[in-house]
Amino acid sequence: MSMVIELRDVTKQYGSQTAVNRLSLEVRQGEIFGFLGPNGAGKTTTILMLLGLSEPTSGSVQVCGFNPAREPLQVKRVVGYLPENVGFYDDMTAAQNLAYVGRLNGIPEAAIPRRVDEMLDQVGLLGESRKRVGAYSRGMRQRLGIAEVLMKDPKVIFLDEPTLGLDPDGTVKMLALIQSLGRDKGMTVFFSSHLLDQVQRISDRVGIMLQGKLVAVGPIQELGTQKLGVGTQQYTLEEIYMRYFREGAPAGA
Amino acid sequence: MHGFRAIYRKELEDHFSSTRFVLLFTVILMISLISAYMTGTGLRRELEGIAKPSLVFLMLFTSTGALFSLAQFVAFFGPLIGMILGFDAISRERSARTLSKLLSQPIYRDAVVNAKFLAGVTLLSIMFLAILLLISGMGLLTLGVVPDLEEIGRLAVYLIVSVVYVGFWLGLAILCSVLFRSMATSALATLALWIFLAFFMALGASLAADILSPVRPGLSGDAQAEATIRHEETRQFVSMLSPISLYSESTSVVLDPLRKTTRSLVLMGPMERISLSRFQSALSLQQSLLIVAPYLVSLVALTVLCFAICYICFMRQEVRST
Repeated sequence: MSMVIELRDVTKQYGSQTAVNRLSLEVRQGEIFGFLGPNGAGKTTTILMLLGLSEPTSGSVQVCGFNPAREPLQVKRVVGYLPENVGFYDDMTAAQNLAYVGRLNGIPEAAIPRRVDEMLDQVGLLGESRKRVGAYSRGMRQRLGIAEVLMKDPKVIFLDEPTLGLDPDGTVKMLALIQSLGRDKGMTVFFSSHLLDQVQRISDRVGIMLQGKLVAVGPIQELGTQKLGVGTQQYTLEEIYMRYFREGAPAGA
Repeated sequence: MHGFRAIYRKELEDHFSSTRFVLLFTVILMISLISAYMTGTGLRRELEGIAKPSLVFLMLFTSTGALFSLAQFVAFFGPLIGMILGFDAISRERSARTLSKLLSQPIYRDAVVNAKFLAGVTLLSIMFLAILLLISGMGLLTLGVVPDLEEIGRLAVYLIVSVVYVGFWLGLAILCSVLFRSMATSALATLALWIFLAFFMALGASLAADILSPVRPGLSGDAQAEATIRHEETRQFVSMLSPISLYSESTSVVLDPLRKTTRSLVLMGPMERISLSRFQSALSLQQSLLIVAPYLVSLVALTVLCFAICYICFMRQEVRST
């Protein structure tokens, strides 16, 4: 199976501050990868470098075989990004927003209305497609964000806190959607979240970042065995994470 | 290319359906029509009894109606129009968090700033053309004089120069929108630059001339004259850097065929005044353009430079969604 995401010795410095410190990571096609770490650990910076929105100070980044900084268009054609606070044009309807994104992706004008309806149906928003996005609830906005990402039929999707602020029903639907994207459609999902029990439910592997360094990567149970020893019970991701965090945090933090 | 077209189309749609544009256009339209009507009826009264009035049509745009002529109005408020259209171009997207979404699509990054600028320029051209045509119609009704080809040519040049001029301010507003996070700051920054260029450039030019080529007292007659000439030349050169003076000088010559020089009557010497009173014939469009060619070239250069700076700043910025 091919590697869709490859980071080799990547460093990003803002002036004297190091945001990402010699990060090396590989993610396979079709994997659901959970990216964890405290705020300011460098997660968003890493995602920006993978999208080509930011250039690494040193090291190499490859997404689907392309360098995002040098070949941004090729990368953006196959990669979708759903940020934490997704923005829409509030005075346009959901269908108009999706149509705009479709046009920006070069989808021929004739094919757009059908594709828009398809995507809205997939996320369950077909009934509200004529409403202005300004009137949408948070759960609806998140789902619309996923629909927008799916418009271009990507190979890799980056999600930043996809279930934050959703009600329980919305959370269940969102997690089911993410799982179906990975399993049924073979998309690689790279998502970062603080809600560790949800990450545990759907991830194939996780990676933990602390202060710009990747301190652990692998399937959750493997990490549990490594850090907390072999035991009869299943470790929760929270226990594993907190152990890494406490060891890695500077004194007094 | 598809990215540019999609953004251009959306920006144009947004502009035309926005309340801001409708209000702006209505206000300008009302002022223009009222002033054109009053100018028209005033001219009609003044020209009564003159056998063959020539070049009357252009006077519709240059003679002072109740308070001001249309040309003066555009020269003064043009910058504001450009500013209103452009001040939130990028900051609006940034605050709605749609900018990072836009840049995550497979489009060339410069398509964003190019499309916004061109959409603004298109809007300005349509607005100006509509107003010019409406005032011409009003003029035909009140004056009953049909413009000849020469006058139409001058009006076409005036339209192009005005669009370039307001385009400069549009580019400046978009530049401030790129540089500053909040819309209020970018609006204030553009406003401050306008106030500086409009009111303080004259002082600034004299100051620069005093510093660069001062006129020292106590020199002999010839040297004194030379120093004064150099001082005046420096002052004029520095004042040519302001797009406002470039625009008002060049349009005053383009719109008034009887005007043979950009200098005001007050500063002319006796010999010039005699020659001016002797040769009262009108200039052709080509001749008028020859007089103001350097001004027009400078104006175009300034506008292009302003947009280039805006382009470079936008391309080098890092965009985060958080």
